[in-house]
Amino acid sequence: MTAATDGINLTGLIVGPAQMWGAIRLVPLLRPSPITDLRLNARLYDPDELSIVRTGPRTTYLSYIPHAFVATWTTDTTPAAAYGTQLRDSADTRPPIGIRLALRRRMARREDRHRLRFLPLHLAMEGYLALQFGGPPIAWQEWTRHAVTRGLSPRVEASYAGATVAGLDDALRVFEIHPDQCGMVLYVADALAAAFVVPHPDDYRALHPTLLQDFYGELLFHYTHLYPAVPDFTSRLDDTVIASIADLRAQLARVDADWRAFHALMADGLLAAERLTVTPVQRMGRFTLARFLPAFNPEAENHIGETITDEAGQLAYLKTFRLSAAQTRRGHLLSQLTANDWDLDATATALGTDRDALIQRLDRAGFGHLLRPDIIDACRTRARELRSRATKAGPTK
Amino acid sequence: MEGWVAVVSQADRVACEDVVMFVNAAIASTAQREFRSGAATQRLSLGFLHEYVLGNYRDLYAATLALDVNELNAAMVVTNLLRTAREASGEQRAVEGRLIAARLRSLPPQRVYGVFRELRRLGVNNRRTRVIVRDWVAARPDPAFDAIKYRRSLSVAARHAHLPLPGEVGTVLFDWRRPKRYDTPILEAWRRAHYDQRALYELPYTVAEGLAAQHGIDRARFLSGIAPKLTGGERLRLQGTAVRHKVEAVAMDLATAPLTRLAIYALSLSRPERARRRDELAGALQAAARRAAGRQAGTWGRVVAVLDDSYSAAGSGVKRRRPLAVALATRYLLEALAADFTGLWLHHRGDPLLVHPIGATGLGVRIVDALERRPDRVVIVSDGWDNHPPGQAAEVLRVWRTRLDPHQATSVVHLNPVYDADTFDVRRLAAGVATVGVRDAEDVGALVELARFATGSAGFDELRRHLADRVARFLSAEEAVS
Repeated sequence: MTAATDGINLTGLIVGPAQMWGAIRLVPLLRPSPITDLRLNARLYDPDELSIVRTGPRTTYLSYIPHAFVATWTTDTTPAAAYGTQLRDSADTRPPIGIRLALRRRMARREDRHRLRFLPLHLAMEGYLALQFGGPPIAWQEWTRHAVTRGLSPRVEASYAGATVAGLDDALRVFEIHPDQCGMVLYVADALAAAFVVPHPDDYRALHPTLLQDFYGELLFHYTHLYPAVPDFTSRLDDTVIASIADLRAQLARVDADWRAFHALMADGLLAAERLTVTPVQRMGRFTLARFLPAFNPEAENHIGETITDEAGQLAYLKTFRLSAAQTRRGHLLSQLTANDWDLDATATALGTDRDALIQRLDRAGFGHLLRPDIIDACRTRARELRSRATKAGPTK
Repeated sequence: MEGWVAVVSQADRVACEDVVMFVNAAIASTAQREFRSGAATQRLSLGFLHEYVLGNYRDLYAATLALDVNELNAAMVVTNLLRTAREASGEQRAVEGRLIAARLRSLPPQRVYGVFRELRRLGVNNRRTRVIVRDWVAARPDPAFDAIKYRRSLSVAARHAHLPLPGEVGTVLFDWRRPKRYDTPILEAWRRAHYDQRALYELPYTVAEGLAAQHGIDRARFLSGIAPKLTGGERLRLQGTAVRHKVEAVAMDLATAPLTRLAIYALSLSRPERARRRDELAGALQAAARRAAGRQAGTWGRVVAVLDDSYSAAGSGVKRRRPLAVALATRYLLEALAADFTGLWLHHRGDPLLVHPIGATGLGVRIVDALERRPDRVVIVSDGWDNHPPGQAAEVLRVWRTRLDPHQATSVVHLNPVYDADTFDVRRLAAGVATVGVRDAEDVGALVELARFATGSAGFDELRRHLADRVARFLSAEEAVS
């Protein structure tokens, strides 16, 4: 079921030249022939907006609901957030799997305006991790009952809403969306922050503002304060070989090709990432929804995310989140635990350490609540004794 | 000795660039929110530029009043010159006084009253300023009309400059409760309009509108009543409202409107509406363009225009589609000026009236398309944010100059409707290509004349001579009218 691949395949998408604003570099992904049989769920579109949905009533198409998408899904009027990206048949009228939101009054009022939005919260991030790691599959005696039955939930990860990333609002506002644009790669101070791909330009146009409400890693939040501006990459035409207009056009075509190659280089943290673990979660029609995890290598960029691909492997939907260094370390621990079926001794061996050290690492990483309290206490006592013996031994020597 | 010449020419070049930069800014900037920068940034940047040029090149600063700088900047120049009159020599003051008087005459009255209020706020009150205010107010055709339409402004000016006001005008401003009736018809109408709805329709639109609200008059009835009193600008502005309220009296002959205003109006309509009224709108735009072209019509030879319809041409909330409207108006004007014209939009194809701001700014490829036709002139109308890919237009133009057209058979000029607050100038496309600011497409003829100074090919002396010539022409034209 789970497969390891190298990188995300961007076949069918053309990389356009970047548009800069301060420290933000936005690279559009263009799709010459949009995918029409997979569209954003029609219920997500503003009913007053007539210009967007052009599918006729009898056209059959599949629809998708992005993760953490807030809308009035249920039959009553309370808003709910989608839990995990979901694929649906267009005839399907059942509400999708979601989490009801108990909103304060102010947010509920915003909901009335039919704005497309994601949950701008840690909730989305938590959901991601909980989705990725279900918890111990075998009820080893060290883990608490809660960990075994509920998994990691509730799990808190800190992230920054796009609105707090300095300059991102202006960058998205002044970005000139291409008529055939289906995606965006977002760089902050030339660090790859997020990639976002949808099947159709109309979907992209509807979802473009939500990039601001999206969540971003801590690193990117700091980068925008540290780096005021990124340089403009202009390519110079070689004028010695140009003797006619046709030569000039040939040079322009070469520059276009250079752009694409250059971007492939810039985004290689995601596009050429090694050992992505891809887990298919849902298959509908010719499309497959999958979640992917990075190799959790603490020395490289790590992106988690979701993809929808068609039968030929062409990318229809992609959304990624860049993990911070601390999150990578936590992910690394979790992935090692998963690989060893949450067996503490086996995991400790795999990590090249002993059982106590692993328990301490789990505790420090914020996973202490998953282990039985007496196990942690015993481990802490042993560590304290070890420390006190060392300090006593130190001065006497 | 050679070194000394080099230093002089260097200083001259800097001076030339500074002045051209200021003229570009003063034509394009309105200190309002633009697509990429806020109003505060624009105001701050423009204010600094005024201070800089005033401090370093006072003569030339005053001389810009004779150019087509926009109304906001003309008002700022007048205010700044009067504010710092102490620093000017006697001769300078004499020239400045004539320029200020001439420019105030050509500005719309609300702008001039704005200058007077600003002078009062700054506490500028000397004999010379008072005479300027007095002369301007005395030259107004109907003081009673001003006392109604610009009531607060006139009273501010009168108090500040100790103006003697004729007869009932003083009474209506400062002691309006006392008289039982006025002998001047418009003042009497204004008095009665406070109680009598019928008298309302004898007043100017802006005054009547407030009183109509007080009387609770229905908007449709008010508009049909006030229609004969509307000015040209008000009439054009109310076209949409009139259609909404089904008032036919406000309808106008669009061909009488100025070209750029007309383009803004056309772009404010929805695309199906534009398609439906295509003949009417295109006819009006062509008529306005022919009027603006005047005797120059058909003299420009073969012209190709590259017109920017990228998303940034949508302007801002306060300048809706202004850059796009300037491009559209320029297109019609060039069509009138040229013997053979081709207009190339970046994205749009087909009927130019249906243009819509969308997509990125890929100027490079479109400029190649334009140059391929080997025209006499290429005119580029764009905000200069060439981003698809960045800087390609500059490269194309550089290669064109060095490799493909070394004898400069084709002249290229870039018109930029957007002031870039960060660089204190309109954004340039390429080093060798003249970039000039543009506010109204009607001025394009004069702006292209100015363009040769923007490339740095013409010297500072030449610029001084050009400005002196413009000043002389402006003063003789204005003083002949008065």
